Amino acid sequence: MKQQINDDVKLMKGNEAVAHAAIRYGVDGYFGYPITPQSEVLETLEELKPWETTGMVVLQSESEVAAINMVYGGGATGKAVMTSSSSPGVSLMMEGISYIAAGRIPTLIINVMRGGPGLGTIQPSQSDYFQATKGGGHGDYRLIVLAPASVQDMADFVGLGFDLAFKYRTPAMILSDGIIGQMMEKVVLPEARPRRTDEEIAAQCPWAVTGKRGRKNRNVMTTLELESKMMEENNRQLQAVYDEIEKNEVRYEQYMTDDAEYLFVAFGCMSRICKKSIEQARARGIKVGLLRPITLWPFPTKAIADLAPKMKGILVAEMNAGQMIEDVRLAVEGAVPVRHFGRNGGIVPNPGEVVDSLIKQFNIHD
Amino acid sequence: MTNEIIITGFGGQGVLSMGKILAYAGLLDGLEVSWMPSYGPEQRGGTANVTVILSDEAISSPVLDQYDIAVVLNQQSLDKFESHVKPGGTLLYDPYGIHRLPQRTDINVLEVRATEAAIAGGNMKAFNMILLGALLKAHPMVSPETVIKGLEKTLPERHHHLIPMNREAIVKGAELI
Repeated sequence: MKQQINDDVKLMKGNEAVAHAAIRYGVDGYFGYPITPQSEVLETLEELKPWETTGMVVLQSESEVAAINMVYGGGATGKAVMTSSSSPGVSLMMEGISYIAAGRIPTLIINVMRGGPGLGTIQPSQSDYFQATKGGGHGDYRLIVLAPASVQDMADFVGLGFDLAFKYRTPAMILSDGIIGQMMEKVVLPEARPRRTDEEIAAQCPWAVTGKRGRKNRNVMTTLELESKMMEENNRQLQAVYDEIEKNEVRYEQYMTDDAEYLFVAFGCMSRICKKSIEQARARGIKVGLLRPITLWPFPTKAIADLAPKMKGILVAEMNAGQMIEDVRLAVEGAVPVRHFGRNGGIVPNPGEVVDSLIKQFNIHD
Repeated sequence: MTNEIIITGFGGQGVLSMGKILAYAGLLDGLEVSWMPSYGPEQRGGTANVTVILSDEAISSPVLDQYDIAVVLNQQSLDKFESHVKPGGTLLYDPYGIHRLPQRTDINVLEVRATEAAIAGGNMKAFNMILLGALLKAHPMVSPETVIKGLEKTLPERHHHLIPMNREAIVKGAELI
């Protein structure tokens, strides 16, 4: 990348990259309500005025509840629609997300996490892992959950999230955090492409609620099914889709694991911090590697299970009180000790703290 | 070559924009860059800081606890960050309002009277560019010309008349080292 500095390489915040990427992907609508640390998504869209160029709708709703239901309605027509918020705002959206999952509506939801619980703090956190990967809303549903670790990921995962959402007819979430949202890095934005035409949407989304359009009956979108047998069948269909996603869409990154004796498992900004911790630990002769789940659901269970027996121990580093560690422990099945390092409430750990924790918890003498 | 830098002072001193201008110049020079601000209620009056990394390799963590260079613009920041400069690293500070001076002897301590120079020049807005000029004289990680080119690219046309003032501020800062 070093030589090709041209106008396609930008310096921008993760939140700004999301806005640019959404317009370039040909998103039809964004509905959202401002909240730190992700307000730049809406602000950037308002600045760029895509309704004058691509025809994309950008609307500041009266609340997060309204935003997610606008996404529900817009998505039901087969349009590519999205919203973004931060932790307390995403909690407000949970009812709508469950309905969207039940209706199998391809949409993109972005959570730029801040510290909780409650109104909490505006500083970065990763404490919505459970909410994103284990439901959050009611009922047996899953979201495809992508965890960006750079501004480039923020730009790329908008397209990836929509592609996966439409491929499997299910909502996808980008689970980011205040660091990735607020930091600036180099980013190469995806190529711009036009929004899909109504004909293209009709061909791609035969389920879309668009009136009769030559069909005998209108498509109807409902998530209510009072007949239990039918509702169980709906659930079976959902689970079949989720099985396919688990089979095909697991994504992860491995870093310096070849000779590693210890393993960090970390996602998002914490994986970046752990890469620096690895540098520091290796300078002291401690061989550590990293496995970074890129999809938090589907989780890279097999990759972790395969690596575990080669390790003396695994440290799961998260900016929460211990959430992803449960999935790591399920993957490891007791093969090696799994310990946790965490900071809460908006405190961002520094790389040295993680190394100290590794040394202490595994009693390493360097 | 990697430069891990923290710029820290009061909100309103131009800490974040100085970091951004430095990062953008790094980008124009083909370097890997990251810019991680403190954000939130501290932006006006309270302390503000930004971590800027310029490197010819991929950058791991945007958040650090040890820095090659600390640019320190108030007493709280000096008290907090002096101990976080790597041995052999650089602490560049403006003595304006500082009553407890840096103590360490295993780092380069550079005093830059940027506030005084800005007041003498009659333009406090030039303050952060004077500092940047001094920093780039001491550590020429990007050239002042690249900084100016960056301003030309990022500033809207209507602000381009401010570029000569910025150029002079960079030159003045370099003279203070």
